[in-house]
Amino acid sequence: MKNITALIFLLSIFFTADSVMAVEHLRLATTTSTENSGLIEELLPPFEQINNCKVDVIAVGTGKAIKLGETGDVDIILVHARSKEDKFVVDGFGVDRRDVMYNDFIVLGPTGDPAGIKGQDDVAAAMEKIAAAKSTFVSRGDDSGTHTRELQLWSLANIVPAGNWYLESGRGMGEVIIMAGERHGYTLSDRGTYLAFKDKTPLQIVVEGDSRLFNPYGVIMVNPQRHPHVKKDLGRKFMDYLTGKQARTLITDFRKGGEQLFYVAE
Amino acid sequence: MSFLYDSFQLAMKLIFSFDGEVLTTVWTSLYTSSIAILLASLIGIPVGLSLGTCRFRGQRILITLLNTLMALPTVVIGLLLFGILSRQGPLGHLSLLFTPVAMILGQVILATPIVANYVHAAVAGADNRIMATALTLGASRRQAALQLLQEVRFGVMAAVIAGFGRVIAEVGVAMMLGGNIRGTTRTMTTAIALETSKGEFAFGLSLGLVLMAVALFVNLGLNFFQQR
Repeated sequence: MKNITALIFLLSIFFTADSVMAVEHLRLATTTSTENSGLIEELLPPFEQINNCKVDVIAVGTGKAIKLGETGDVDIILVHARSKEDKFVVDGFGVDRRDVMYNDFIVLGPTGDPAGIKGQDDVAAAMEKIAAAKSTFVSRGDDSGTHTRELQLWSLANIVPAGNWYLESGRGMGEVIIMAGERHGYTLSDRGTYLAFKDKTPLQIVVEGDSRLFNPYGVIMVNPQRHPHVKKDLGRKFMDYLTGKQARTLITDFRKGGEQLFYVAE
Repeated sequence: MSFLYDSFQLAMKLIFSFDGEVLTTVWTSLYTSSIAILLASLIGIPVGLSLGTCRFRGQRILITLLNTLMALPTVVIGLLLFGILSRQGPLGHLSLLFTPVAMILGQVILATPIVANYVHAAVAGADNRIMATALTLGASRRQAALQLLQEVRFGVMAAVIAGFGRVIAEVGVAMMLGGNIRGTTRTMTTAIALETSKGEFAFGLSLGLVLMAVALFVNLGLNFFQQR
């Protein structure tokens, strides 16, 4: 018993020593789509090297990322739900919102396409058909950016989705794609996650290209006046970096399976 | 079948290639769980011991309470501490949320009832002549209790191992309070959850096998100490 205790104490001393030498940390709450695609991993190292800091990434849904910003538990948020971002700034929780990049949403469907919407240009009409056919639709149901957009699309189609064809899963994008594939249903996804899951699901793209499927990402600093502990100098540098030339090149050159996932904002 | 085979192969590769990121993750899991179980033992063993050796008012209620706490879901502990440690919570100024310390706190809450209950069971099941004999031989109550603890050391060890197993295998507390930050609070289990959400099922399962290998080594180590 004593030996083990000694060992554990040694371990804890080791751990404390590590944290004493720590560099400055910046906390970034972002969405699972940017982290799961591997983009964030690509973007951070040059910034961390120049500024001798470490960016702690907390990857959650857009809704939760915004909540973490409101409570001041992070310094910066990088999210994709414009309406919520604007509200976040207007309510005084965030300052200096900037466009970073965009990609797009796509509607995925099973091979048989039971609602008959493949190739449809009008996403609202497609949503209407899914509802009319009562084809299975798997919703994120988690207050994420994708979920927010999905609800906007339903309301554009004047539909309140309900019934046993509408499944609210409450899970991440990848899990929802898998679930929709297993249940032969439709779902709304960002293109990046779909590309990452392409060979794990029988789902195919049925609707794409509608301007209402445009998916912009914005970066916002948590208001340092409301939360004085926010690292505003390092945060500002990070936002400059993210919207600067070097990061723009990295974003444009980022490929997954040979395809470009994100486009920089003009 | 190939999914399982791939995972196994990948696990072997991960273990023997000493991949830096995997090592960091293993290390995070190990030291947070170790510190947590140490603290939980420091609280849980005395509690279990006094429950088994003393008689006091409210004892039955305390035992029932401890038994019930064993059913405490990890996400509830996570939520509770999240509310306390968030910037808007009562201890927000300590900025502990999303640090290893927050995870350790949660794991201590998780493991303490387990350790206390197991130790209590071991002590209650011991020959009750041990303490009586020690007392007649002139030991103080404290010394007698320690003698009893010595006698039931295998039970105590089982308590510690059970608690350790629970904290190293849990994902709710680590995810909510640690935030799955790469290099800082990413543990074996949150890494598995992340890989699963990315659809890297084989990689996730192989990390699970690595976790089991780590647990095996820890238990072999404990076994070694027990033998001595």
